[in-house]
Amino acid sequence: MTMQPASTEIAARTAAVIAGLRGLEGPLLPILHGIQDEFGFVPPEALPVIADALNISKAEVHGVVTFYHDYRNHPAGRHVLKLCQAEACQAMGSDAITAQIKQRLGIGFHETAKDGSVTLEPVYCLGLCACAPAAMLDGDVIGRLDADALDDIVQAVRA
Amino acid sequence: MGMIHEIDFGTPASTSEAQVTLTVDGFTVTVPEGTSIMRASMEAGIQIPKLCATDMVDAFGSCRLCLVEIEGRNGTPSSCTTPVMPGMVVHTQTGRLKDIRKGVMELYISDHPLDCLTCAANGDCELQDMAGAVGLRDVRYGYEGENHVKAKTDVATANFNWMPKDESNPYFTYDPSKCIVCSRCVRACEEVQGTFALTIEGRGFGSRVSPGMHQVFIDSECVSCGACVQACPTATLTEKSVIQIGQPEHSVVTTCAYCGVGCSFKAEMRGDELVRMVPWKDGKANRGHSCVKGRFAYGYSTHKDRILNPMVREKITDPWREVSWDEAFKHVASEFRRIQYQYGKAAIGGITSSRCTNEETYLVQKLIRQGFGNNNVDTCARVCHSPTGYGLGQTFGTSAGTQDFDSVEHTDVVMIIGANPTDGHPVFASRLKKRLRAGAKLIVLDPRRTDIVRSAHIEAQHHLPLKPGTNVAVLTALAHVIVTEGIYNEKFIRERCDWSEFEDWAAFVAEPRNSPEEVEKVSGVPAAEIRGAARLYATGGNGAIYYGLGVTEHSQGSTTVMAIANLAMVTGNIGRKGVGVNPLRGQNNVQGACDMGSFPHELPGYRHISGDAVRDIYESLWGVKLDSEPGLRIPNMLDAAVEGSFKGIYIQGEDILQSDPDTHHVAAGLEAMECVVVHDLFLNETANYAHVFLPGSTFLEKDGTFTNAERRINRVRKVMAPKNGLADWEVTQQLAQAMGLKWTYTHPSEIMDEIAMTTPSFAGVSYPYLEKMGSVQWPCNEKAPLGTPIMHIDGFVRGKGKFIRTEYVATDERTGPRFPLLLTTGRVLSQYNVGAQTRRTDNVVWHGEDRLEIHPHDAENRGIRDEDWVKVQSRAGETTLRALITDRVATGVVYTTFHHPDTQANVITTDYSDWATNCPEYKVTAVQIGASNGPSEWQIEYDEQARRSRRIEGRLEAAE
Repeated sequence: MTMQPASTEIAARTAAVIAGLRGLEGPLLPILHGIQDEFGFVPPEALPVIADALNISKAEVHGVVTFYHDYRNHPAGRHVLKLCQAEACQAMGSDAITAQIKQRLGIGFHETAKDGSVTLEPVYCLGLCACAPAAMLDGDVIGRLDADALDDIVQAVRA
Repeated sequence: MGMIHEIDFGTPASTSEAQVTLTVDGFTVTVPEGTSIMRASMEAGIQIPKLCATDMVDAFGSCRLCLVEIEGRNGTPSSCTTPVMPGMVVHTQTGRLKDIRKGVMELYISDHPLDCLTCAANGDCELQDMAGAVGLRDVRYGYEGENHVKAKTDVATANFNWMPKDESNPYFTYDPSKCIVCSRCVRACEEVQGTFALTIEGRGFGSRVSPGMHQVFIDSECVSCGACVQACPTATLTEKSVIQIGQPEHSVVTTCAYCGVGCSFKAEMRGDELVRMVPWKDGKANRGHSCVKGRFAYGYSTHKDRILNPMVREKITDPWREVSWDEAFKHVASEFRRIQYQYGKAAIGGITSSRCTNEETYLVQKLIRQGFGNNNVDTCARVCHSPTGYGLGQTFGTSAGTQDFDSVEHTDVVMIIGANPTDGHPVFASRLKKRLRAGAKLIVLDPRRTDIVRSAHIEAQHHLPLKPGTNVAVLTALAHVIVTEGIYNEKFIRERCDWSEFEDWAAFVAEPRNSPEEVEKVSGVPAAEIRGAARLYATGGNGAIYYGLGVTEHSQGSTTVMAIANLAMVTGNIGRKGVGVNPLRGQNNVQGACDMGSFPHELPGYRHISGDAVRDIYESLWGVKLDSEPGLRIPNMLDAAVEGSFKGIYIQGEDILQSDPDTHHVAAGLEAMECVVVHDLFLNETANYAHVFLPGSTFLEKDGTFTNAERRINRVRKVMAPKNGLADWEVTQQLAQAMGLKWTYTHPSEIMDEIAMTTPSFAGVSYPYLEKMGSVQWPCNEKAPLGTPIMHIDGFVRGKGKFIRTEYVATDERTGPRFPLLLTTGRVLSQYNVGAQTRRTDNVVWHGEDRLEIHPHDAENRGIRDEDWVKVQSRAGETTLRALITDRVATGVVYTTFHHPDTQANVITTDYSDWATNCPEYKVTAVQIGASNGPSEWQIEYDEQARRSRRIEGRLEAAE
């Protein structure tokens, strides 16, 4: 697991992310995405910096960050694997796939492997119902999950 | 008596002129366009069940309890978010609606504790009411599932959904287990208070109210205004006093005794015990809002330090001796008469209080004029807004703000000069911020970056961080831009003002030395900012100026007020809604104290004492000959005392030792007197030099009226008997009687009748009329029977508006090698003035000591770190306090508050004062700052002297 950066460093890197995005209309969500891309998560120390820059309250930023499950408040593993648990994927056997992956990675949902290689998360619809069951690895979608695909995934995260 | 129950219409009123008629459950109702169905229904007397709606905040539509059916429309829309339409036919109760509501309530109750009988909100709970209203009889879901209610799911396992009660705020608690997540608190914090300290964190079942970033209330941005507590429909947010005492059984509407906003409150009582103060929605100054002081900080009224028995002593080094009221009055009367016999009629005088009622103030000046036979009366307005009286009197012809507070809702450009409304006048600041969020523009002239300059969702277009003491230069430069760029309102000036005076003034301001480029050199404000601000104020629509003591407490205070009046006239920003010149008055009744003839040269209604016709009125009524010469002002009284010609003083409700400048001089003056009578709640600092102490009564213990900054006369109503036995007006009356005056008032209403009879601007005011109207703004007479919300509508009171040249003269107080920094003073939200009241409440949690704000650069130069003890030295004296390093102040400027007597900030302020009115120059003192080990010699000496002088015979420990 990566070391958490110092708070002054977080503030400086946060300010840099904000500087590039604050001109947008409704800049808060893009900034939060930018922060998550920058740090791998949204450090709580970044929130007051964002609040000050956008001239909104710390509470408001906190409210938005906690509303979206996609924003993390602590670092994830080196890879993030999201498995779709929504209806279409369930109908196509995602439950069995999920059980296999959990077993092969040795972790459950919302957990990170001890070696820091991967974090496993559920997701509710990737918009890929035609190719169910679906997953997303580090932002890339994978359709029609089967045993071969699973092997590829495990190999990728273990690499 | 009984409880005053205000109707909750569910959604705010619509201001539309157009009317819409609809039918609700068969009844026809006509309401303004834009009104919600919920509100229209309530207007017709039909209450639609609701939880997330309340009329202090906008509709939200989340609770799904207020659903209705509308003929011709599908579904069941929520009545709070659906506006009325002409001819609409609404049904609020149908079988379908009843089923839905019952189902919704069942879900709410399935995650709510069933402890109604022992709950603090029992009897005042909207959830309880709604469960009753929808006829909930059973909850089918049980309480065993996932919930926020129980700390443990079974004996062993912790329930991670459960959160413990947050008791960090001294005045209210937050119990998440009772929360129904209706968001009313979050919206009240945002829409009403404008602080945005609360949010809903998480989503779905995990949603919880969160102060700040999942913090406790005290650590969040919360300013403890109480709006969330008031909005909460359950016991989730509850006053600790209600938890401790129980529900009130009757309530009385009265007026807050803190600042000049003059908020109306319901004092909710159980017997003669005050349970809580709740802002009154019909209060025209506050419109249902409050701040931490008025809402919560009333505990001083029952504080153990309060003195309840009169006390006398021969010398100020003696301990106090408790005596009967009679003995005290006789003693004062005989001493005052002796002094007058020995040293002359003018050897005594008095000070009226801006904290007391109009009636009490009137009586004190009457006692002095009728009983003492001189005009040696002054008031604490001397040290705050006396330049306002002079400056606005000269230019407009009347000594008061021109608008009501509602006017801010129509303002397009707000200019704030030398005022810190979020701290000093918080309820007005909330109304102002609401307008700013709706798009009004803001200009701030202040050496400090106050919260109004930039905080969540508001930001000044122009902040002019001028060097203390350069107000006149900067304001004249604004006028320079308006005149030279031709953006003045010629039509207004020709119609309303004296054109030749304007031409003379315009030629003066247009001189190059008054240009922003030149003024930048003395004020430090970039010329471009001055030009931008001038253009915005002159051309941005309705421009309103609000100013505070940062304007008046200068050697050029009166000139600054005139410069402000000039700006308003030259742009035509006078005489209608949304514009005007508005002094933000410091004390609850400073306007009233001034109105009531508290100044040595004026009888009530600002009529000069030299006017024979005016004196005639009082001479015939009071049966005495009045002195036609003005008497002594406070500083003159103290000077005369030091010289030996002034020997006795009656001080009602003012702590001059702490609040007046140059503490050493004040102490010397008081020490030289033979009979100092202090009439106050506490043994204040001035009482250390007193020979007689008369215990005072609080605003909860008497009837009367306060006049706020918008000239609004508000009723103060007695909710409990005076703990000291007598209301303040009774004390003054009995003192007058002891001195031989035949006063026979049996109720303050009779005093108001005398005021109305003798003062034209109050002619229409009486207690029955105030009862009927709620409140009224003077002038109130046959010309304006309903009072006067906005002044100078068709012309100035003085006739033609008068432009006066405002030559900038630098103060004699300036920085040099020995004193290189400029000290300016101000206050904070939680404390009030010299702190006599707020220091005796839990408000000290927020501000336990005065701190010296210093810029990091200046601090570094002197090797000062945050929280270090520092010594502040001026030509007048020195004191010590702890540093607070911040870039709120510019380099070269330091800032402190004066709420705590052990800081003694006024030991360092000088005796420079306004040229016209003697208002002290608190806002500019040249100082040096250095490291220190602790309190100064004077502070230690003073502490010891104060401790000794507070001894009371027969008591082990002195008060305070």
